[in-house]
Amino acid sequence: MPPRNRVGEVAALRLERLVKTSVNGAPQWHLQPEANRTLVTLSGDWIAQQGHLPDFPESGFRDVPHGEPVEFSTDQLGKWDTSLISFLWELKRTAREDNVQLRIDTLPESARKLLDLLPEIPPTPAPPPPHKFQPVTAVGQLTLDTLNEVGCVSEMGAAAAKGGFAALVGRGMMRTVDLMSDLSAAGPAALLIVGVVNFLVGAILAFVGSVELHKFAADIYVASLVAIAMVREMSAVMTAIIMAGRTGGAYAARISTMQANEEIDALQVFGIPVSSYLILPSVLALAFTMPLLYLYGCLIGMLGGFFVSYIMLDVSPLGYFHETLQALPLDQFTFGFIKSFVFGTFIGLTSCRIGLKAGRSAADVGIAATKAVVVGIVGVIALDAVFAVIANVIGI
Amino acid sequence: MNNQMPSTDDRPVMIDVNDVTLAFGPRVIQHDVSFQVRRGSIFAVMGGSGCGKSTLLKSMIGLLRPTHGTYMVQKDNYWAGDDDSRVRIGRRFGVLFQSGALWSSMTVGENVALPMQMFTKLEPHVIRQLVELKLGLVGMLHAIDQYPSELSGGMRKRAGLARAMSLDPDILFFDEPSAGLDPITSARLDELILNLRDGLGATIIIVSHELSSLFHIADDGIFLDAEQKTAIAHGSPTWLRDHCTDPTVHAFMHREQLDSSSSHGNG
Repeated sequence: MPPRNRVGEVAALRLERLVKTSVNGAPQWHLQPEANRTLVTLSGDWIAQQGHLPDFPESGFRDVPHGEPVEFSTDQLGKWDTSLISFLWELKRTAREDNVQLRIDTLPESARKLLDLLPEIPPTPAPPPPHKFQPVTAVGQLTLDTLNEVGCVSEMGAAAAKGGFAALVGRGMMRTVDLMSDLSAAGPAALLIVGVVNFLVGAILAFVGSVELHKFAADIYVASLVAIAMVREMSAVMTAIIMAGRTGGAYAARISTMQANEEIDALQVFGIPVSSYLILPSVLALAFTMPLLYLYGCLIGMLGGFFVSYIMLDVSPLGYFHETLQALPLDQFTFGFIKSFVFGTFIGLTSCRIGLKAGRSAADVGIAATKAVVVGIVGVIALDAVFAVIANVIGI
Repeated sequence: MNNQMPSTDDRPVMIDVNDVTLAFGPRVIQHDVSFQVRRGSIFAVMGGSGCGKSTLLKSMIGLLRPTHGTYMVQKDNYWAGDDDSRVRIGRRFGVLFQSGALWSSMTVGENVALPMQMFTKLEPHVIRQLVELKLGLVGMLHAIDQYPSELSGGMRKRAGLARAMSLDPDILFFDEPSAGLDPITSARLDELILNLRDGLGATIIIVSHELSSLFHIADDGIFLDAEQKTAIAHGSPTWLRDHCTDPTVHAFMHREQLDSSSSHGNG
């Protein structure tokens, strides 16, 4: 097929839908007073995609004598599409306002049919509510919303815990299949990324520490630095951040998609409690796997530190191992263990809550996933700060 | 057997489907389907649930390549060309999806405006004017600033129809336009489809099994069978009802149970 230019193409596409077969040029209209009537002559091709379309001015019928009908002449009208209807609609509305009698029946029948479908007066859309800046109201609203959210999440947590007890007794609504699939998604499937990140974090700590400690010829203390940093803070926080992005986001997206498909409604109608059927396995999975991933992260992080020390600092493996054991009393592990359990529960609960609260459209699913990740990461770091204060007070 | 409506139609052929076979991998959905759609006609694709009506529609709007056969849109062989030529031909199509398929992150007005913004060089105020017109035609002007999630099923369908007409296509495809609508809304939609055909001269292909609406609007059609996996009758729904002797078609058109010899899923 020879190449054609754009206008030619559009024209060719329209060729099949002609009212008249001749090409009549640009769309035009003019008003012409005659004896006992006023004639509106329409001419040319009225095709929206060809660009310019004439408007009918509000004062268009100003000169029409009172009581005289306005008729249409369409002899010179070429091909047309909805753009002509759009013009006629405007004209009809103006005629209505000016009390001009319009002889619609002088239009081609097909145009008249479409014109009849259109409302006489288009409803004026309601103006958007004014958006005033009210700092006090905004802060108050934010506080109330936050408190409300905290309440909702706690309530949901309580319901899930109750479901958990029921499950323990054997009368629960949680299916083992769901728990197992959630456990495998939150546990083994995350091993690789948690391992890679913690290995690198341990290695980076060793790098940074070795530069300073080397000045004091205290190279061997790199081992204790890496061990304490990983066990106390880094492994728990890094693992939690990874899980917030990975699993928290997935929970929120899954539950909000279920919300959009009315699946949550279906659960409720059947009387299957969302808290124990959906939320409990998700939260349990994260709460169980997070401490285990934490321990794994600690080990891998120390391995990363050892790797760097061994290559760069000439530290003996046995010495590194010995120093690591020296630096780590067991309560450091207990502390990290408790922290990661709390992080896991927090991420599970908030992301499920965000998913449940989401709207019902595709865009809302994206918003929910983003929000779950952001809330998860910020919340984990904030909680970690709280833990740091507690540790300081009780002297761990 | 009497299953081909005698045709006296001399309107030019708009769409010519010839020996088309549709399959998902090794699973054949329909084979050797042939029919012609004439300009300005309302063509019904009929058949029980799961017989491949929607699959046929998919291949006609470019979402599924047939494994065999030709599909001509006037002089263009749709599937023979490259992606660009398909897009160019597809510009003539307007499609109303089964549940509207409105883009949920945009208001109804923006949904209708998007194709115009993408494919025409119209001024924003002209686009706004045309959007109002199209929503006015389907009686949805009041919802121009609402989001699809705020609309009922019937309203979504009408808004989807306005979007399908966005670029003034001359071939419209409707997938189950009246499924899930109440009789009054459904009748209104039928009337609207007739008016659009008469007003804009569009050719319309409808996939449906809503008998009352098919009898009312369609003037030609094809009947697909799930058992034989091909078209078993050609003709307008009313003609098939009154003259077709095929037992499946007869049962379908008269809402009767098919004798137990055949067990296809009749929706």
